[in-house]
Amino acid sequence: MTTTSLEQSKPSVVSIFARFRELVLIAFIVLLMVLISLRNPNFLTFTNFRDILMDISILAMIALAQGMIIITRGIDLSVASMLGLTAMMVSFVIKAYPETPPIVAVVLGMALGAVLGSVNGLIITIGRVPPIIATLGTLSIYRGLIFLYSNGTWINAYEMSPAFKQLAKGTPLGLPNLVITALFVAVMVFAFLNYLQPGRDIYALGTNPDAAAISGIRTQRTKFIVYVISGIVCGLAGVMWASRFEAAQTNTALGFELQTVAAAVIGGVSMMGGIGTVPGILLGALLLGVIQNGLALSGISPFWELAVQGFLILLAVVVDSTIQQRIKRTMLRSSDLRSSERRGVVK
Amino acid sequence: MTTSDRTISTSISLLPPRKSILSRFMRWEWFLVVLIALVVIVNSRLSPYFLDVGNLFRASSDFLEIGLMMLPMVLIIVTGNVDLAVASTLGMTASFMGLLFNNGLNIWIAAAAALILGALAGLLNGYLISRLKVPALVITLGTYAFYRGMAYVMLGDQAARDYPDSFTYLGQGTLPGTPIPFALALFAVLAVIFGIVLHKTAFGRYLYAIGNNQDAVIYSGISVPRVKVIIFMVSGFIAALAGLVLAARYGSTRPDIGTGLELAVITAVVLGGVDINGGKGTLIGAILSLLLIGLLRFGMGLLNVQGQVQSIAIGILLILSILLPNLPQIFRAQRGNWNRRTSIGIAVAVVIAIVFGWFFLWSRAAVSSLL
Repeated sequence: MTTTSLEQSKPSVVSIFARFRELVLIAFIVLLMVLISLRNPNFLTFTNFRDILMDISILAMIALAQGMIIITRGIDLSVASMLGLTAMMVSFVIKAYPETPPIVAVVLGMALGAVLGSVNGLIITIGRVPPIIATLGTLSIYRGLIFLYSNGTWINAYEMSPAFKQLAKGTPLGLPNLVITALFVAVMVFAFLNYLQPGRDIYALGTNPDAAAISGIRTQRTKFIVYVISGIVCGLAGVMWASRFEAAQTNTALGFELQTVAAAVIGGVSMMGGIGTVPGILLGALLLGVIQNGLALSGISPFWELAVQGFLILLAVVVDSTIQQRIKRTMLRSSDLRSSERRGVVK
Repeated sequence: MTTSDRTISTSISLLPPRKSILSRFMRWEWFLVVLIALVVIVNSRLSPYFLDVGNLFRASSDFLEIGLMMLPMVLIIVTGNVDLAVASTLGMTASFMGLLFNNGLNIWIAAAAALILGALAGLLNGYLISRLKVPALVITLGTYAFYRGMAYVMLGDQAARDYPDSFTYLGQGTLPGTPIPFALALFAVLAVIFGIVLHKTAFGRYLYAIGNNQDAVIYSGISVPRVKVIIFMVSGFIAALAGLVLAARYGSTRPDIGTGLELAVITAVVLGGVDINGGKGTLIGAILSLLLIGLLRFGMGLLNVQGQVQSIAIGILLILSILLPNLPQIFRAQRGNWNRRTSIGIAVAVVIAIVFGWFFLWSRAAVSSLL
C-alpha cells in the first residue's frame, strides 16, 4: 500500500530521535522523582503513585486524542468544553434516574461526545474552517450550552447514585477503573495508530497533506475521524470526571485544553504534524502529573505549577526544533553531497 | 490548505488602484456594517435602554481592553502568525505592577515597569518564533502558560488594591466635560496610529507581504525576523497597557486578571475579515467586528442573557464568519458528485441532530420536574 511505502521512506534519523526523546523524558521524570522523594519521603509510596495515576488518567486519555489531531496538523481547543458538557448532561440523567447502571452512563457519555466531536469534524472538513477557529468557536458554544442546559446550577455528590460514584474509583481489577480505562484507551489508540489503515493515514496526512491526497488517502474523512474520536474520548472522560470528583459544575475542566496540548507537545508530538507516539504522550502526561504532585508534596507553593508547565512546554519546543533543524541540515548536506557526487563535482 | 476568500466579491482588500462601485460595496466590512445596523435596530426595539448615549459609553469600557490588544493582533494575524499570550502578558504585567505597588513603590513607576516588562515579554515571543522557526501558535501557547504562571507566582492569592484616584482615572474616568471614557479616547488615538502604520506605510506593506509569501519577502531583502520581533514587542507592550487600563477599571489586581481575553481578541480579529492564514484583512474590519460583538453583548445583557450564554452567539458568529464565505466554493465542489451517499449522510446528520436536541431538552426537563 501507499502508506507503507511512505513509512519506509521516512528517514530513520527521525525515528531514532523519537526513541531518544522518550528516554530523555524518562530520565527527567526519574530525576524529578528522586529530587522530590529526597524532600518528602511520602512521595515514594504506593498510595501516592495511585493518586498520581488517578490524577493523570483523564489528562492522558484526552492528550492521546489531542495528539492524534495535532499529528494531522490540527488542534482541538474544545476538548475541555466537550468534557464539561457531557459531564453535566450525564450527571443530569443520573440525578433524574439514580438507578441508571454506570455502564449506560459511560455509553451515553461517549455517544454525546461523538455528536459534539462530529460537529467539530463537519465544520472543519465540509465547512473548510481552519481547526483552530472552528474549535475556538465550539469551545465557547459548548461551554455556553453547559450554562444554558443547567441554568448555572451544579450537580453535587448527594445527587449522584453510589454506583455512579464508584465508577471511577472502584477497583474490581486491582487498579481503579479510571486507570484501567485510560490504559485501555492508550492500547486502543496505539493499535489504531500503528496497525490500522486509517491510523497510518493520520501520519501520512500530517507529514504531507498534498501527497496523502494524491496517493488516494481520503484526507477529509481521516480528519473527520480524529475529531470524532476526540469527542468520544472527551465524553468518556466527562463521565469519569463527574464520577471521580462527584460533581458536575458549569466550570468543569475550564482551561483543561491547554494541559492536553502541553502533554502532547512535551511528549514529542510535533505541532507541524506527522510526528508523535503514544508512549511519548503518556510520558508527557506523567511528567505533568509528577510535577503537580511533587510541587504539593515538597511544600513549594502550588502557584508555581502553571509557570513550570509553561516553561517545560517552551523547553520542549526549543529542544525539539533545535534538534530537528540540525537533522534537516545534516540530511540536506548529505543529499547535496550525493547529488554533487553524481554530477562529478566531488571526487 | 483551504484559502478562504473572506471578501464577498473577488476584490481583495489590498486596495487596488481602481474599483467599480459595486465591488466597493461587496466587501466584508460592509457586511459587518449591515449586521451592526441590524443589531442596533433589533435591540432598540427590544429594550428602551439600548439607544442611550451614556449607557453605550459606559458599556464600551467592557471592550476597550479587548480593543487595545486587538490592534497589534491585527498586524500579527495579517502576517499569518498569532499571539495566544496577550491575555497572559496582560495578567503578568498587571500582577507585576500590583506587586511593586504592594511593596510601596509609586504607582506610576510601577506602571512604567509593567509596560517595559510587557515589551520584554513580547520580545521573547518574537525572538523565539523567528529564531526557532516554529509556528507562533506553539511558542505563544507555551508563554501563555508561562506568563500566566508568573502572574500567580508574583501575587499568589494576594490582590493589589487601593490604587490612587489619579491611576484609576485610566480605567474609570471620562474626558473632562464629556461622557467619553478616557480609555475610549486612548483606543481611538491608537487605532488611528495602527491604521496608518498598517495601511499607509512600507512597514504595513511588509506585513501583508509576509502573510502572502514569506519566502518572497525574505528574497527581496527584508529582515522578516526583525519585523516579527517588532510586532510581537508592540503586542506585548499594548497588552501591558491594556493591563493598566483593566487594573484601573477594577481598582484592584488579582493574578487571574483578564483570563480568557485572548479568545475574545482573536474572535474579534477573525470576525473582522482578517484571514487567519495571513495576507488579508483591514484594521477597520476588526474595529467594526469589535463594535458588532460589543453591541450584541450589550443588547443581550439588557435582555438578561447570561454572559456564558452570550458567548454561544459569539462562537456561532465566529464560525459562520468563515463558513458563509466558503459556501459557494463548497457547493461548487459538491455539485459534481451529489449521489445517494451524500443524501444518506445528510439524513443521518439531521436525525442525529434531532435526537441530540430531544435528549438535551428531555434530560433537562427530567431534572427540573424533580424540583
